[in-house]
Amino acid sequence: MSRPEGVQLMEGNHACAWGAIDAGARFYAGYPITPSSEIAEVCAHELPAYGGTYIQMEDEIGSIAAIIGASLSGRKSFTATSGPGFSLMQENLGVGIYQEVPCVIVNIQRVGPATGLATQPAQADVMQARWGTHGDHPIIALSPASVQEMYYLTIRAFNLSERFRIPVIILGDQVIGQTYENIILPDPASLDLVERKKPLVPPEDFLPYQPDENLVPPMAAYGDKHIVHASSTCHCETGYSNFKYGTNRQLLTRLKDKIYNYTDEIIEVEHFGPDDAEVTLISYGASSRVCKYVVGEAEKEGIRVNLLRLLTIWPFPDQEVREALGKTGAVVVAEMNQGQLIGEVNRVNASNTPVHLASGIDGELIRPEIIMTSIREAVK
Amino acid sequence: MKITDYSIENELMYSGHNACPGCGGALTVRYLTRALGPNMALAITASCWSIIAGAPPLTALKCPILHCPFPSAGAVGSGLRRGLNAKGHYDTTVVVLAGDGGTFDIGLQALSGAAQRNEDYIFICYDNEAYMNTGMQTSSATPFGARTSTRPYPLFKHGQKKDIMRIMAAHGIPYAATASLAFPQDMENKLKKAQGIKGFRFMHVLSPCPPGWGTDSSETIHLSRLAVFTNFYPLYEIINGEQWQMTYYPEKTRTPLKEYLEAQRRFRQVDEMTIEALQEEVDRDWEGLLKRVNSSGETK
Repeated sequence: MSRPEGVQLMEGNHACAWGAIDAGARFYAGYPITPSSEIAEVCAHELPAYGGTYIQMEDEIGSIAAIIGASLSGRKSFTATSGPGFSLMQENLGVGIYQEVPCVIVNIQRVGPATGLATQPAQADVMQARWGTHGDHPIIALSPASVQEMYYLTIRAFNLSERFRIPVIILGDQVIGQTYENIILPDPASLDLVERKKPLVPPEDFLPYQPDENLVPPMAAYGDKHIVHASSTCHCETGYSNFKYGTNRQLLTRLKDKIYNYTDEIIEVEHFGPDDAEVTLISYGASSRVCKYVVGEAEKEGIRVNLLRLLTIWPFPDQEVREALGKTGAVVVAEMNQGQLIGEVNRVNASNTPVHLASGIDGELIRPEIIMTSIREAVK
Repeated sequence: MKITDYSIENELMYSGHNACPGCGGALTVRYLTRALGPNMALAITASCWSIIAGAPPLTALKCPILHCPFPSAGAVGSGLRRGLNAKGHYDTTVVVLAGDGGTFDIGLQALSGAAQRNEDYIFICYDNEAYMNTGMQTSSATPFGARTSTRPYPLFKHGQKKDIMRIMAAHGIPYAATASLAFPQDMENKLKKAQGIKGFRFMHVLSPCPPGWGTDSSETIHLSRLAVFTNFYPLYEIINGEQWQMTYYPEKTRTPLKEYLEAQRRFRQVDEMTIEALQEEVDRDWEGLLKRVNSSGETK
């Protein structure tokens, strides 16, 4: 297989792998797990031809640890998994955030907890993506809703991870990961790619965790002349452990601010349907595809419905959701879990707009009836 | 052993299960439940057997089952054993069942921990030499030269299969053995012997996988036999990590490895040079094994 050109019928997982390759990813370490294994398979086939490396690891702890090592040595790196593997990755995810390691973790969500329904979709790792690793931390998570979007959001994930020096999570789901759709792969030369900033100071003046004006430290790779020290304990600008009063506050504050002061660069949403509506749907990923259909169905019943689709899940689009809440009669949050992101919607609900949940937890793509029932309830 | 002992009523494993036709893993469990049951508890880690023992009404086993996460088989078995002991159920045989991934790769840490503590249960690895349940990805049990979905031609598996038996021997456990589906009596003897020993016991069973190996479902026993006849998969046991003893010596003229490789589509792309190299390696491993057996002294 060589790089597909033009219009292609492609699986979401394959589009993800090609997005990564086109974004410049040259290192993949992974461990097989349904429904994400096809990403590994494409990387095993294709990466060597691009001068890249594919390693099959002994487990998911090894997978994420290896991509952290590869990224610190200067390669754009990623791994892919599903629920149980994502759980095993949590400790190292925190290490990646703390050491400010650009990398991408793809979680093709399936039903959990535990083995759950191994081949069936869910969106129930949303809060795990936000808070799964211990300690205070920021995170970026993106949610694709089509095969084409899987391709572009994978590129975007690498760009954001390079720009902000942070692990970025792609929260896919089994529907998007294993659906075949037509997509168009663009000319890779036409893509805007972001590379991590290199240090401009001479090696003897280099402090590996001294932030630039955007609060992100320029990054030297292991093997460069600039000596890097990446610590998983609390550290100051030298990179060395530092337990003095104030260091932790300073570090955690910067890690948070480097993301939350720049949310306009990160957050992406889509508005669909009429501007004025009685009910606004808020959704993401595969569920939002069903929502688009439901907008039309509701219109047949004489209910004006629109959709706010979240492409960025974390950081949560506070402002966009708050505005949507203020402009509508009621909100229905449609997600394939027992209600996770709805908590965030309620958190920013300054207008006290009634918020309802449409919950799909049946191990299949959420059915339109479930969302319609919540809409009817909302306009009662 | 009477012929009636083999009647279907005495089996702890039903027919009509979820395994693929010709599944070596399914046969492994059929033999082991017959040898060790009915007073047994089975812990099963993520593998093909999660599915085979899974969805009712196709649940295939008549004994209590504890499904556990992929990395945890060794540890779950430890807890299950000690929990049963605390209730006085010392006579219940605890068996932990794992595939090669759950033994060689993600499961190795928990397996090593349990072996080092000499936990009192039997760990069975049914080894189909790749992650067959998720679509045939390479594992560290995949032999050199085999094609998998993550090692496609010409990137077939480089590097050797992990020598799990020597790893287990290094733990000094009371009993470890290899077993073949083509030698059910040998396998049963070993299982019964293991059952009579206290402490950590380990058994490795080569379990052909027709879809993964690219063979006809009728070939499973034939392949198992060829693996033994070619010295690719010798039958032996290890007592206390140091007493190595053969339980079966193949005929004097061993079958060329080529015959075993050519019977499987996963080896279709290996060339003559690779076959030769593989043959040399099998010969070397065989010599090494004989040395360990001979230096162990008399068979116990």
